[in-house]
Amino acid sequence: MDTEITLVVDGVEHSLVVDTRTTVLDALRERLGITSPKKGCDQGQCGACTLLLGDRRVNSCLMLAVAYDGANLRTADGLADADMHPLQRAFIEHDAFQCGYCTPGQVVSAVGMMQEMREGEPSAVTADAAELSDEVRERMSGNLCRCGAYANMIPAIVEVAQR
Amino acid sequence: MRPFRYQHAPDIGSAVSALAEAPEAAYLAGGTNLVDLMKLEVAVPDLLVDVRELTSDRIEAHPDFVRIGAAVTNSALAADPVIRRRFPMLSQAVLSGASGQLRNLATTGGNLLQRTRCPYFQDLNTPCNKREPGTGCSAREGFQRDHAILGASEACIATHPSDMAVALAALDAVVNTEGPRGPRAIPLVDLHRLPGDEPERDTVLEHGELITSVDVPQLDFATNSRYRKARDRASFAFALVSVAAAVDTADGVVRDVRLALGGVAHKPWRATDAEAALRGAEASVEEFRRAADAELAGARPLPGNEFKIPLARNMIVGVLSELSGVPR
Repeated sequence: MDTEITLVVDGVEHSLVVDTRTTVLDALRERLGITSPKKGCDQGQCGACTLLLGDRRVNSCLMLAVAYDGANLRTADGLADADMHPLQRAFIEHDAFQCGYCTPGQVVSAVGMMQEMREGEPSAVTADAAELSDEVRERMSGNLCRCGAYANMIPAIVEVAQR
Repeated sequence: MRPFRYQHAPDIGSAVSALAEAPEAAYLAGGTNLVDLMKLEVAVPDLLVDVRELTSDRIEAHPDFVRIGAAVTNSALAADPVIRRRFPMLSQAVLSGASGQLRNLATTGGNLLQRTRCPYFQDLNTPCNKREPGTGCSAREGFQRDHAILGASEACIATHPSDMAVALAALDAVVNTEGPRGPRAIPLVDLHRLPGDEPERDTVLEHGELITSVDVPQLDFATNSRYRKARDRASFAFALVSVAAAVDTADGVVRDVRLALGGVAHKPWRATDAEAALRGAEASVEEFRRAADAELAGARPLPGNEFKIPLARNMIVGVLSELSGVPR
């Protein structure tokens, strides 16, 4: 069942015809050649496909493209302008990745997470969190890293969140 | 994924009619569970009717109740200042489920209608009475750690996965729907079914009946409430056992209480036997333990989930003690 849709990705408008079964993730990667969102589990469990929908982080592998006609999406590519995004720089400075496959999703998720914190949205640990790193660990639990680079990722995100 | 048609409906009536004419159709809201099940071909709708813009995405606070629109996202519900102030356990329950990304997509209506995460239900290669009636229950002879200890049947020992629904069960929430036979209001504790010999039916909803909102009646002592969840990892995992409770104590006596359990049954389990044992009882660890035992007396565990009985008992005692200021 083919349907014509428009997606605005990192400020650029794309029109394309998709089968109703196409996810936003597959539309970006396979149809538009936008490969910074990664396909990890394809089940909403690993977070490698995380995008910003408006300013909210979401799993693009569980979004049917036909249901997001006209959506404004941002990927890790679109976070940087002339300079890298502070979180991208912090990931490099803290050596916060090994193979790098989950990194774009981690960075986008961290951007969304910091926005949620700025808006005063609580997490499951907000009442008990002694340290900002406790909050970051809980709020980033939707992003997995098979290399186990969390030990450097958490300080990278904490450093930017404290600025 | 099987091919399907996708359409928007201009209003709720049209959406209900669209499903009435299509027995294999389904509503699409956040899609976080449905799209996953469609990829697995556990769910094979031939038509998706998108209802995200048909129901309210607002939370309306009235003196006697709070109305949560079916399209309110899990994130918006958990962050809402009225919910956090009046019903802290509801916000805590929502925040203890899924991940930040999923909570931004998942809706209130969809959360209630998510399917069990029983691994055999999701695996087309194994028998499952819920997925394919009459084929048998693989979990009875298999992996039982996540499964039910209360109200299960020979046909099915699956649990309902929602945290939000457990808090709503404790709070006497009412689910408002529009369906082929008009609107109705269903107490949340009656929305989900026990499996009996029809485990394929999770709820009492008819085909095409759409959840439009959830009402949470005002309960003054719910400001003193708590949701606690035990799971196999610290975050982003389903409950082994969870407890939602609100307690009203005065002079060392329990005046009133609301208590529900998650992770133990095919539905959010309102602990009415424990509540009856608690009302008028002394607020003490001994009485809390007695009440927990009253509720768990009917538990029928399997070897793989026997641990849930002491776990549930200890969690009930712990949460009630905390809410009552009783030292343990």
